[in-house]
Amino acid sequence: MEKEMQEWQPKIVAFLCNWCTYGAADLAGVNRLQYPPNFKVIRVPCSGRISPKLILAAFRNGADGVWISGCHPGDCHYIEGNMYARRRFTLFRSLFKHIGIDERRLHFSWISAAEGIKFAEVANDIVKTVKEVGPAKQLIKEKAQVA
Amino acid sequence: MVNYTDKIRETAKRLLNDGTVDTFIGYRKGSLPFVNNPAIIHNAEEADELVWDSNCALNLCNYLTNRTDKIGVLATGCNSRNIAMHLKENKIKREQLVIVGVPCTGMVDHRAVKGMVDGEILEVTEAGEEITVKGDDFEKTFKTADVLQTNCQTCAHRNPVIFDELVADEVPELDGVNQYADVEAVEAQSDEEKWQNFENIFESCIRCYACRNACPLCYCPTCFVDESKPQWVGKSTDPTDTMTFHFLRAFHMAGRCTDCGACERACPVDIPLRYLTKKLNKDAKDIYDYESGTNVEDKALLDTYKPTDLNDFIR
Repeated sequence: MEKEMQEWQPKIVAFLCNWCTYGAADLAGVNRLQYPPNFKVIRVPCSGRISPKLILAAFRNGADGVWISGCHPGDCHYIEGNMYARRRFTLFRSLFKHIGIDERRLHFSWISAAEGIKFAEVANDIVKTVKEVGPAKQLIKEKAQVA
Repeated sequence: MVNYTDKIRETAKRLLNDGTVDTFIGYRKGSLPFVNNPAIIHNAEEADELVWDSNCALNLCNYLTNRTDKIGVLATGCNSRNIAMHLKENKIKREQLVIVGVPCTGMVDHRAVKGMVDGEILEVTEAGEEITVKGDDFEKTFKTADVLQTNCQTCAHRNPVIFDELVADEVPELDGVNQYADVEAVEAQSDEEKWQNFENIFESCIRCYACRNACPLCYCPTCFVDESKPQWVGKSTDPTDTMTFHFLRAFHMAGRCTDCGACERACPVDIPLRYLTKKLNKDAKDIYDYESGTNVEDKALLDTYKPTDLNDFIR
């Protein structure tokens, strides 16, 4: 049993902003920084593009964690997209906690395209945290069994 | 509040007769006890149908979107805040509206009253601060203040925040009530308990969308539940789909909900739908010091930002 738990790898959906964190992931790769392969990266034009529907869709389809990362406040390619996003995420995270889902499944970060090291650090930490929480069991939509 | 009726009829007649408005929106007596229907009237003769009592809980702002005529509308505290939200969201222009403010002392929770009598209630009469319910073999009188809807019990804005005229003097605001005591109780619970609550509360949902249709804020041309490419949420009463629907429906009210209680009143299976929206209202108040619809000039909560907004949960 213990061995099984050790082998379990979380699936984490990462919504990364095209203009910063996606570049940081690239930079981390080019610099050969080690980070775990648990992420399914979805490139978005801006963290402001991320609707709560997208986050819920990830969990409904079996994600164990969701990571959203965009540009530092003030550095948004579209001037203020991440500022609006920040308010949305604040309320979303709070409501998410209110229905009883572990907040450690939901991660947010601001990582610029120059911060390859920060990207690798945060990625490592997120995988570690989600592993602690264990497999997601809430809000998962079972697919119909078709013979 | 029953004594407002004459003043309301008189106001509606005057506005319709002198051509200030083309349409007047109020309430008329429904065919069932505890139910008042919306009345959308176009000429002064119809104004005698209008009534006001403690069953006018349906939110009239539902009928204000996408209109081109000039409208007179009744507005209690919460309804007037919804009008303010419509103005902010450009669903109607201020010039189109004559807002007839109604200072409100709260609406009766028909479920609470039904729970306190044996048998079917066939008639409800209201006089002063009391309502009397009658059935085949019983008659019982309640003080309206004792059987208010839960949102009215802790209402912080009983008087309209925006109006052109008032039908009566303003009523005193409640003081010393903690609006969010129930939310605080849930916040203190563990994750497991919260999830149990959430599952239990929405388990009985039959996905009739009465809450969505009763809500003045739900005016999207295509609701996310009706979208098919991609399909965000299934249409059956699968528990996950139901929970997703309610979570997203509530989230769409973030910084907009005025806690009018229309959703709860409309629900046929008695789901306490304000469980989620109230949490969002509390967060808006605690984190951003924002109460939706209380200020006509400012922007909606999620339509603006401050560089100094809360950031401590983001790495």
